[in-house]
Amino acid sequence: MNEALTAQTITITGDGGDEIEAYLARPLDADSFGGVVVIHHMPGYDTASKEIARKFAAHGYAALMPNLHYREAPGASPDDAAAASRAKGGVPDDRLVGDVSGAADYLRSLPGCNGKIGVIGYCSGGRQAFLAACSLTLDAAVDCYGGAVVHVPESMSGFFKPVVRFAEQLSCPLLGLFGADDSFPTPAETAELSGVLDSFGKPHEFHTYDGAGHAFFRVDGPSYRVEAAVDGWEKVWAFFGTHLAS
Amino acid sequence: MCTYLTESIPAGGSGKGAAGWFRLSEVSVYFDHPAHALADHTLNIDFRNAELGPSARVAVELTADTARALARAIMATLAAAPAGLT
Repeated sequence: MNEALTAQTITITGDGGDEIEAYLARPLDADSFGGVVVIHHMPGYDTASKEIARKFAAHGYAALMPNLHYREAPGASPDDAAAASRAKGGVPDDRLVGDVSGAADYLRSLPGCNGKIGVIGYCSGGRQAFLAACSLTLDAAVDCYGGAVVHVPESMSGFFKPVVRFAEQLSCPLLGLFGADDSFPTPAETAELSGVLDSFGKPHEFHTYDGAGHAFFRVDGPSYRVEAAVDGWEKVWAFFGTHLAS
Repeated sequence: MCTYLTESIPAGGSGKGAAGWFRLSEVSVYFDHPAHALADHTLNIDFRNAELGPSARVAVELTADTARALARAIMATLAAAPAGLT
């Protein structure tokens, strides 16, 4: 692998047939590749998140990241779009599933795609990756410190519901990457999620890193933890290498 | 975590954004991950006018201590203003 890639902004068909913006990064030197839908964090479809998509392409995957805030602010900067989306109540769960479905369909249609599609999400996107994997037929899912999967704080219960209730429908193996110092989700909460998945016989692999809290992959903030992030990426490559291989 | 918690209020007044001054229509207040501040979570305020588009926004991301101090300063300033002006 020579890490050659191409990346561009495209339009895909999302939930409800809506045309939405998405960022596509794909390898140049791969005859056959799996696809990864990248779900950005709540602050938006930003530079660091696009860097994640390019990282997947450099490792031989086609990565597609839908702009979940596009409808509220087409053409706006990522932070303005996130603010506009928030002011309207955030990203509805049903719409998220439709957008991930559209992104997965787009990836499957790419010449060279082997038909294997994974999803990965960070922060709020971790919860959304779990939701997508319980709602769609996918091949692998990665939840990076998604809060509100098992429990939603009382103060936030009006905004969204726990998605653990869909665990029985999880369609693929799940990799969970968490920080031991995280409060949302706590290690106890991720252990509870593991127990629920065990009860349904759902294959999963969870890793909880000491010395790391929430958002330890975020390279442009103080929450970044190099040891957790480096090892976490290795876990991602091994996991997708197993489940998205041709 | 992404809290989603947002308080929104109608606003009167003006703000100066990237394209200059504009009339405010609402203010959103939330405690969540910042886009720029070097903190895990900040008290964020968006002074907005949605009718003018998403870029009609003056944004601040404040540490919790700064936000509390600001709230006290605002209330103190209003309290100190001559009677009848506020």
